[in-house]
Amino acid sequence: MAADMTPDNRPFAIRTYAPAQLREALKRMYLIRRFEEGAEDSYTRGLIHGTMHLSIGQEASAMATCIELTDADKITSTHRGHGHCIAKGADVGRMFAEFFGKETGYCHGRGGSMHIADIKTGNLGANGIVGGGLPIAVGSALSAKRLGKSDVTVCFFGDGANNEGAFHEALNMASVWKLPVIFVCENNGYGMSTSTARSTAVKFIAERAAAYSMPGTTVDGNDFSAVSEALHIAIARARAGYGPSLVENLTYRWRGHSKSDRNRYRTKDEIEEWMARDPIARFRAELVTHGILNEADADAVAAEAVADVQKGIEFAKAGASPQLSDVTRYVYAEV
Amino acid sequence: MNAATPSTDLRTLSYAEAIREAMTLAMEADPAVILMGEDIGVYGGAFQVTLDLIDRFGPDRVMDTPISELGGAGVAVGAALTGLKPIFEFQFSDFAMLAMEQIVNQAAKLRYMLGGEASVPVVFRLPSGSGTGAAAQHSQSIEAWFGHVPGLKVLQPSTPEDAKGMLLAALADPDPVMIFEHKLLYKMKGHVPAGHYLTPIGKAAIRRPGTDLTIVAGSIMVHRALEVAEKLAVEGINVEVIDLRSIRPIDHQTILTSVRKTGKLMVVYEGVKAFGVGAEISAMVAESDAFDYLDAPILRLGAADAPVPYNPDLERASVPQVDTIEAAARRLVRREV
Repeated sequence: MAADMTPDNRPFAIRTYAPAQLREALKRMYLIRRFEEGAEDSYTRGLIHGTMHLSIGQEASAMATCIELTDADKITSTHRGHGHCIAKGADVGRMFAEFFGKETGYCHGRGGSMHIADIKTGNLGANGIVGGGLPIAVGSALSAKRLGKSDVTVCFFGDGANNEGAFHEALNMASVWKLPVIFVCENNGYGMSTSTARSTAVKFIAERAAAYSMPGTTVDGNDFSAVSEALHIAIARARAGYGPSLVENLTYRWRGHSKSDRNRYRTKDEIEEWMARDPIARFRAELVTHGILNEADADAVAAEAVADVQKGIEFAKAGASPQLSDVTRYVYAEV
Repeated sequence: MNAATPSTDLRTLSYAEAIREAMTLAMEADPAVILMGEDIGVYGGAFQVTLDLIDRFGPDRVMDTPISELGGAGVAVGAALTGLKPIFEFQFSDFAMLAMEQIVNQAAKLRYMLGGEASVPVVFRLPSGSGTGAAAQHSQSIEAWFGHVPGLKVLQPSTPEDAKGMLLAALADPDPVMIFEHKLLYKMKGHVPAGHYLTPIGKAAIRRPGTDLTIVAGSIMVHRALEVAEKLAVEGINVEVIDLRSIRPIDHQTILTSVRKTGKLMVVYEGVKAFGVGAEISAMVAESDAFDYLDAPILRLGAADAPVPYNPDLERASVPQVDTIEAAARRLVRREV
């Protein structure tokens, strides 16, 4: 009896998810990191043009948010959306192909990094407009409710989006209609160069949940377990028909806003301090500490991610470019 | 049945009733069709178009939204992306400007940005036009703005029959469709076939054949142009009146064929004259072989270069009316332009 009453003090994720699920989560976090490094390298070598917004340093937020989601559950993503896409189950080969502008890419080369989507795994798409996905996520949740499905929609957005009117309208409607949507704010401290302290009247964005009569929670976004626990509660609430929640993951992007960023608004000390809180290293250490993996297993997981990224880049290079005569293809449905 | 009994096919409905009938038929046939908008429930919509539908289909399918045009339109886009077919009513077309982000950046582009992997079958209904004394922010005709956006379809029904058939066609279409309904036409009665039928999108209608002058008009301007055509016919001037019906896609063929026949073109529309539907149609003719058939300059009649004024005489003067269309048509036929 006494033994049964001993509390399980292990982190939430360790005591909640199966070892294979945790291993896969670590793999996908490595995949996000290596994918973005690969994309950055390909950009430098001229294989990718345009711009991109890297989420290196935010991998726990993406993966822990998505760990309980099925392919039927939807996400809306942001301009910093590569991690969300991979966490939701996308194939990095087709993602690279998209970045390379190939017909074999997820969007047949029409969308690129900023519009990456994978409808089959429930990713309704990244968005080039800050706050653009917020009402769309509410609409997706409305579909689930009207069509009698138990799917939930996770709406990723950044701290910058919380000052858009769309944020207010979307959260209000989701709450009024009690829709199964979870608003996940990835607060990385800066909307491009403007800090939340300079742009946002509240200290924590989750405080704003009170204005919409929904639960609001702020968690350490680099702590896999903390994020997954907050999402676990919010998803259960949404599936049970009690409506939306707001979860704020405090995190940090190690890289600049985009390729044009000369980093004149953050100190080296600040960046190094956050790099010391690497969410992948932290999650890996937790898995090892609690006996889910040993160091050799973890190394193997990391190596798999490297190999997948290599294969992905090769797949992308081999793909065909779109036909120039197809420039207006996909504007309208083909009949 | 008595042979003298009119068949149901000859029944008349108002433009608003025809739209309501289309919504009713669609909602009966497909549970995925929902209505969204401000005060469309018990109130019946600002123009009573959705009157009583909430009693029939309930508040889950006839959804009053908060006054949140951007968010509401975005919810409709997200719902369309994931299996519903929302008909979203903007209370006035002017208010669509609050939702430009969702209409133009999202709805119109999603299919393309996703390489054809997604579909956004949303229908936006937009009460439009002047003549109600509602002044500058409730009277505009902004349909041409959306003609500039690849990915959208933009319709302007001028009759009850088309109002119903176009809404049903819009619902059958896998892409976002905007339907600009003229407020002054809501009470207009006309023949409306019973049952389900589709008015083809992108096809203009020749409302009156003629040989001397082509007038291309949209929405309420079709009726004004027809009135002018009747007057001029008495004097032996035969005007061909084309009801544009669809701004995007636009029916090049019907317009060019008519211009080749008449050699004279006038475009009449309620939007501001500059950078509007008239410019597009004029350029389309100028870029084609039909240009060689013109024997007079092209005339555009649109709204004054001003916001829609409040004073009723000013308001009337700010957009083409029967008398101004008639005067312009006479000048064009006499080549006094």
